[in-house]
Amino acid sequence: MSELTADSTVVIVGAGQAGGEAASELRKLGFAGRILILGEEAQPPYKRPPLSKAYLAGTVQESGLYVMQTAQLEKVNIEFRGNARVTRIDRASKTLHLADGSTQAYDKLVLATGGRARTLPVPGADAPNVYVLRTIADVEKIKAHCQAGKRAVIVGGGFIGLEGAAVMVKLGLKVTLLEGLPRVLARVTVPQVSEFFERAHREAGVDLRTGAQLAGFEGSPVTAVKLADGTRIECDFVVVGIGLIANTEVAQEAGLVVDNGIVVDEFARTSDPEIVAAGDCTNHPSEFLGGRVRLESVQNAMEQGRIAARTLFGKNEPYRTVPWFWSDQYDLKLQMVGLSNAHDQLVVRGDPATQRNFAVFYLKDGKLIAADTVSRPQDFMFAKKLVAEGARIDPAQLADESVALKTLATPATLATPAAPAA
Amino acid sequence: MPKIVFVQPDGSSQTVDATVGQSVMEAATGNLVRGIVGECGGSCSCATCHVHVDEAWFTQLPAPDEMETGMLEGAVEPGPLSRLSCQIAMTEALDGLRVSIPAGQV
Repeated sequence: MSELTADSTVVIVGAGQAGGEAASELRKLGFAGRILILGEEAQPPYKRPPLSKAYLAGTVQESGLYVMQTAQLEKVNIEFRGNARVTRIDRASKTLHLADGSTQAYDKLVLATGGRARTLPVPGADAPNVYVLRTIADVEKIKAHCQAGKRAVIVGGGFIGLEGAAVMVKLGLKVTLLEGLPRVLARVTVPQVSEFFERAHREAGVDLRTGAQLAGFEGSPVTAVKLADGTRIECDFVVVGIGLIANTEVAQEAGLVVDNGIVVDEFARTSDPEIVAAGDCTNHPSEFLGGRVRLESVQNAMEQGRIAARTLFGKNEPYRTVPWFWSDQYDLKLQMVGLSNAHDQLVVRGDPATQRNFAVFYLKDGKLIAADTVSRPQDFMFAKKLVAEGARIDPAQLADESVALKTLATPATLATPAAPAA
Repeated sequence: MPKIVFVQPDGSSQTVDATVGQSVMEAATGNLVRGIVGECGGSCSCATCHVHVDEAWFTQLPAPDEMETGMLEGAVEPGPLSRLSCQIAMTEALDGLRVSIPAGQV
């Protein structure tokens, strides 16, 4: 990869948190050349996690979402162009073609194209009051309906749907949440945790229905949602939270290797030496997971954005991280570290049936590979360390409330003993 | 505009302007202060904005809540003057606030 100089232009496609972080990191490293961020939306890089939480609730203003205020961007000379959609990358001439017909040359390119919300493949889903929840513009439309007494149907019992339900029911809306699978959060956690959240939502007043097969919509605008079993649910609007599709088309058409995401190495390099990629759109090797993965998380977006910038700057630092996620619903804080799918043993600390806080630990071959904690920040923080260490811990101690996790986070728990001193 | 002084582990410092109501973390990330990441955006979920507050200022801050206290226990190099900078909202009275970034966090 050729070196950056003060005359270089780095163009970042995508004004999400990966793109924003890559720009910030380049400046922190002392890069003096031009940085241009091209965003499809009107806004400069902003934080998406609050969209389904504080921003929907109305407790954070739009500018509070921006990772850098406009004046700050100007101060550090990071250019941002909004409403700018890249339609084609000409790698031979290192030129981007935009939807408005303009072109933009680059010396180095950062692809941080993120993803778009999946839409429902159901007739009527294109009605004007059926929304997804991915952008500020989406939430603005949803907020226009958020008055006490209004009836909302939320499709999807993942993080977005559950967080949205928590906010809306607190705002006084009548909320029905539909999940097609037998339980919520089925993709990311075990039944014990799913049941806990299902109960929390029902206690808060959400009409939560699992195993609910959506059959279609009535009217446009939609006035009712129909289920396969004949049930009809009247509503004023619908919010769909059924996952994300990575934006990889432009990369693919440019001939970059794409396989469930833009394929990058541990340095965020794509198959083109002048192009790096970061965030939800990438498929990257994970030392921790022992394979390739595409993650949808802000932690991944920011860390990979930094690594991409450092690679461009000539640093040789691999991306090595243990994935973590969080979700705020009501007074509950769910924090998750690692990916739990491969576990062969489950340990529960605390009683999810009777308490508002507990932790679940996932072991594989005796090694701690993941943990989900609910409103237990200490347990989360120490679990994060133990998971990163690949600690082997006695399951009985993990389950024992009287043993502080802190005391288990010692070198003795390391799976691989430290090398003897030379 | 209240100012905040961020001290790096190598002793160098950076003074930034904050706006009233903005968190110390936001003032840091908006001004490219190294070692303050703010992964969770200020929702007290990640502890990547942990700082040690100068003693004279520490006592002037509203006390941390239970969630923050819990996160701090497991932060990088926690100490008696530890706070999550996302949980400190700037006021005029905090003009001149001085915080240090733990070495292991940079």
